[in-house]
Amino acid sequence: MRGPLRRSATGSVVGGVAEGLSARLGLDANLVRGAFVLLSLGGGSGFALYVVAWLVVPRAGTQVPIARRALADRRALGLALALTTVLAAVLLTLDALGLSGAANVAWPVVLGGAGLVFVWRDADEEEKASLRELVGQAPLLGAPVRHRRGTTVARVVVGAVLVAVGLGGLVAARHPSAATFVGVLGAGVVAVGFLVVFGPWWLRVARDLAFERRERVRTEERATMAATVHDSVLQTLALIQRAAADPREVTRLARAQERELRAWLFEGRPPGSFDEADITSVSQAVAVIERDVEADHHVAVDAVVVGDCPLSDDLRALLGAGREATVNAAKWSGAPSVALFVEVEPARVSVFVRDRGRGFDPDRLEGEHRGIAESVRARMGRHGGSAVIRSQPGRGTEVALVMPRTEARG
Amino acid sequence: MSGNGAPAPRDRRGPASKVRVFLVDDHRLFRAGVRAELGDAVEVVGDADEVAAAIELIGERLPDVVLLDVHMPDGGGQAVIEAVLPAHPEVRFLALSVSDAAEDVIGVIRAGARGYVTKTISGRDLTEAVVRVAEGDAVFSPRLAGFVLDAFAADPTMARGSVPRFDPELDQLTPREREVLRLIARGYAYKEVARELSISVKTVETHVSAVLRKLQLSSRHQLTRWASERRLW
Repeated sequence: MRGPLRRSATGSVVGGVAEGLSARLGLDANLVRGAFVLLSLGGGSGFALYVVAWLVVPRAGTQVPIARRALADRRALGLALALTTVLAAVLLTLDALGLSGAANVAWPVVLGGAGLVFVWRDADEEEKASLRELVGQAPLLGAPVRHRRGTTVARVVVGAVLVAVGLGGLVAARHPSAATFVGVLGAGVVAVGFLVVFGPWWLRVARDLAFERRERVRTEERATMAATVHDSVLQTLALIQRAAADPREVTRLARAQERELRAWLFEGRPPGSFDEADITSVSQAVAVIERDVEADHHVAVDAVVVGDCPLSDDLRALLGAGREATVNAAKWSGAPSVALFVEVEPARVSVFVRDRGRGFDPDRLEGEHRGIAESVRARMGRHGGSAVIRSQPGRGTEVALVMPRTEARG
Repeated sequence: MSGNGAPAPRDRRGPASKVRVFLVDDHRLFRAGVRAELGDAVEVVGDADEVAAAIELIGERLPDVVLLDVHMPDGGGQAVIEAVLPAHPEVRFLALSVSDAAEDVIGVIRAGARGYVTKTISGRDLTEAVVRVAEGDAVFSPRLAGFVLDAFAADPTMARGSVPRFDPELDQLTPREREVLRLIARGYAYKEVARELSISVKTVETHVSAVLRKLQLSSRHQLTRWASERRLW
């Protein structure tokens, strides 16, 4: 097989490097594997070479090597660096303890170890899945820590022997003629013995804990989600079915639900949490006006808020007047929707309520109309704001309310 | 992969010179609804329910306007725009969304959409918006106008971490553009904006197109940051 060098996706034992190389060189795959193993045992370069090839040679059927993705993965860089320091520390310690071989394998081990971090994090999804499977089959790390009596007994025996030997070393180290490294070596062997006996069990516990926690978090999330959806969406859908004969009611219900869901999904506000006491900002107050007017008057309110600030007494008065104007438009204009625009600027807050309804002649206001206009003007006037009502028969009405922000100046 | 519709006519513009529209939305019911609402006013030349199919079919049929859902798996409307626009700059996109999350809206506009309307828009308004986009103009819903005012509100020279190279041509709205946007946010149609400001509808369109350009080209990263911060609260 010719063509560019690719790691095998099918005939792989670990990363498919050997298989890919053998296909390219026309050699037997096991021969290549053997070469890697030999190189690894003698100085560790085989391991490092293998990992580097794993990173830079794309997997069969793909174009992008893992290394390309790894370059953009800053967390993996951090992890690899951390692992490098740990490996270096371990190797330095071993070297200091007299295991002179440790320094010789330092570079390949560190390089290969760091490379594996990238492989583990940045391989494509398909390869990750097969990697997880591979790790699952590995004797110590893997999931199937099946309690086959034979293996368990063998493990305990080996572990116990190691612990005994290690303890022996420790005792021998007490002897004045013994070199210090005998003691350290003894301690190390004891530790390895314990690891052999208890390691799989620790691993299982750790894995179970992590898995259990993930599962519990997921279950809780699902329960919250289900409860919220039930309380809001499902209830509304039931109401909509019952109100099917009344299109206005259906629209109102759908809009109210839409608004609530949006507040929940995009602003993180749980449905139904809008009590008067919670309202502390202009945007929240506008949302309440929108909700209430739509609910009470079966008219769509399209609210747009630019900027936001905390509510003061003056601003409460402004929004009170704005609410009155919105209710008024909903009640009298005959238009199916009312536009409510609120803009918070450094020096003032403006509210515009506009409908495309029947309109009226502002100079000839009568009865209730007049009363409302007066009340809106008076409310604004008391707090130092202004109200302008513009209307023309047949062209709709717009109420413009402006309140200076005194708190911003002082 | 799926997609259906009439085969592409040889002539780019249909016989009656109707605007040729392509629908991209992963909700079948919604596609059917939009088709019905658009009715005979435009010619629907096809639809697609996923990003890959949309990219392929749009390249094949070259519609005048693509009505594009913002939210879809595999990258959403933004992915479609980014794949099609470089090869076919003449195809225009109008984003449709139920989300109204500033992040999504700003994202799709910056990718190259000529406008944004909510899915609750009436059939008549939608047709009008499609025609407007086909003519090369921008379509701003009141909410989008509000977003833009909000995003460009802060004085960029004052903001923390503002761009070192501030370009007043792109990074600021002119007072007139601000006025136009305010009126749109107040619920005014272009015609009404024109009457209110005693300018022609064409001038209103010019202002809105200029704002759209700024929105797409401005390098102030407050825009993006603003949009994502808004999502948090």
